[in-house]
Amino acid sequence: MKVTRTDILRHWDIGLVGALCATAAFIVPVLNAGTALTNPLHVSDFFVTLVGKLTCYSIVAVAMDFVWGYAGILSLCHGLFFALGGYAMGMYLMRSIGAEGMYRSALPDFMVFLDWKQLPWYWMGFDSFGFAMVMALVVPGVVAYVFGFFAFRSRINGVYFSIVTQAVVYAAMLLFFRNATGFGGNNGLTDFKRILGFPLREPSTRAALCAASGVGLGVAYTICKAVVASRAGRVLTAVRDAQTKVRFCGYDVVSYQLFAWTLSAVLCGLAGALYVPQVGIINPSEMQPSNSVEIAIWVAVGGRATLAGPILGALLVNGAKSWLTVAFPTIWLYFLGALFVFVTLVLPGGLLRAPARLAALRRLVARGAEMLRGVAARRSTSPAPGSVAVGKGQRP
Amino acid sequence: MTAILEVDKIAVSFDGFRALDNLTLTLEAGELRCVVGPNGAGKTTLMDVITGKTRPDSGSVRFDGREITRLPENEIVRRGIGRKFQRPTVFPGHTVFENLELTVSGSKNVFHKLFSRLAPAERRAIDNALDLIGLASHAHRLAGLLSHGQKQWLEIGMLLVQEPKLLLVDEPVAGMSQSEIEKTSDILASLAGRHTVVVVEHDMDFVRSIADKVTVLHEGRVLAEGSMSEVQADPRVMEVYLGA
Repeated sequence: MKVTRTDILRHWDIGLVGALCATAAFIVPVLNAGTALTNPLHVSDFFVTLVGKLTCYSIVAVAMDFVWGYAGILSLCHGLFFALGGYAMGMYLMRSIGAEGMYRSALPDFMVFLDWKQLPWYWMGFDSFGFAMVMALVVPGVVAYVFGFFAFRSRINGVYFSIVTQAVVYAAMLLFFRNATGFGGNNGLTDFKRILGFPLREPSTRAALCAASGVGLGVAYTICKAVVASRAGRVLTAVRDAQTKVRFCGYDVVSYQLFAWTLSAVLCGLAGALYVPQVGIINPSEMQPSNSVEIAIWVAVGGRATLAGPILGALLVNGAKSWLTVAFPTIWLYFLGALFVFVTLVLPGGLLRAPARLAALRRLVARGAEMLRGVAARRSTSPAPGSVAVGKGQRP
Repeated sequence: MTAILEVDKIAVSFDGFRALDNLTLTLEAGELRCVVGPNGAGKTTLMDVITGKTRPDSGSVRFDGREITRLPENEIVRRGIGRKFQRPTVFPGHTVFENLELTVSGSKNVFHKLFSRLAPAERRAIDNALDLIGLASHAHRLAGLLSHGQKQWLEIGMLLVQEPKLLLVDEPVAGMSQSEIEKTSDILASLAGRHTVVVVEHDMDFVRSIADKVTVLHEGRVLAEGSMSEVQADPRVMEVYLGA
């Protein structure tokens, strides 16, 4: 198939995501690990971890846009799915510390501190990396499926669904805060030493994790893009636009909603699992309701139902956040709110549709200017007052 | 002829208001039936009960000899009952072609839809429907950009590609111009025989132009049934309609 210039222009969003994935998966790790410190192209270790983190957020943004932008389900608990994936990875990392913890025990430090004598049953198997990775995807998926099954079957939709999800993530946070729940309470899981035998302190391990995140983003984007382009994707957007009608077309709407919802949660789990070894900690603060709201803001800022836009949204909001939380620590949330209001009012289609929006605005301004010129011209040529003739023909 | 739909002693009430009052109605396969009646007579509620949107308080609906009263909406559609709503409801963000593709008969399973492509037979069905409703030249326009009349036809087309045995059509000509009404009655008349069609309509001229048989509803009950001229001569119908 011949690729024309118009094809490239039409699919520039795919190119953009491809470039971002390549940056995280290849360019940044190579420039970090493959160049000397003195090389002007060298990328610092700090920057590698930053890119890796932002790439994980980007995966969440894509997953959120998939379920909100295309299936019309506004989730305010995607932070929970992200955290569940993170906890699964964190449990593996805790187990792989072995007896090198503070208490020199085979049990994780917090269990020794709580005077637990043996590993709880739900920690079994997490010394295997493969098992932990499967759980990082399966647990968020199962939680999402079970919750979604009851919610969608009862036809809870729109804002009601969003409110319930907000309650779910809050309840989960309270649950994980308890020491007795067995995930380290409010301290969470931390002090990780190595992953698959590689020390987490090593820059090369960090570079590899950043690369893995880049690959993860590519996988998540490809899956979502493929589903959206399939016939099922068109059914999903139809569910978003006119759910009742879809039902009367013979579709079991609940199964479509459950599919999109569960897939999105699984991708969040993947993001969480990639995130935790890079930041070195997972604790219940990831389940703060405001975190989940922020994910929705990334998507709204970037542009719903574009898949590529929310990645830009995640990068922009997090970039702004890291600067503003330092410059204006007490009032940075107001900036976030203002950004949300600005986007909603001025760029309702989000950043990715901003060029089209600006072109439309420019046309509007041009037309207004032309009309004003017309009025001015009519005034200057119109005869003295008292005359009947009005320059009708001079309107543009 | 065999009965395709048997509505038996259906009762529905909303907050004490009896929308349907032990209503009984039988449809023969292949007929084109018009249901008329003043506002609040229960016409739309009857459609809601048949399609599973409203659960009746008592009574039963049998389709093709099988009970469908308590089935979910999508299952009733799968058994072969298609419905066109009063307000045109198409998918505005999809093209005309995609609207038809969404409704074309076949598995509606999510995993089937994920991996399947449009089969040649499905494409033929869609092309036929496009020709019949006269929207072939609009196939790749967004459905939201169509005129009111075109949306109504698209919705009828969406019903057709579902290949239902029974079509329920609610006020197909409301808000249409005279030429659009004529085209709509042509489309509906061409469907009778192959499908059983029920049309709910206020427009009496339109009903006269298409109906073999008319059912008049009043206060949730069948008031009269027969050919248009028989029904019009019925004194009870005249009383309800003219207040005479």
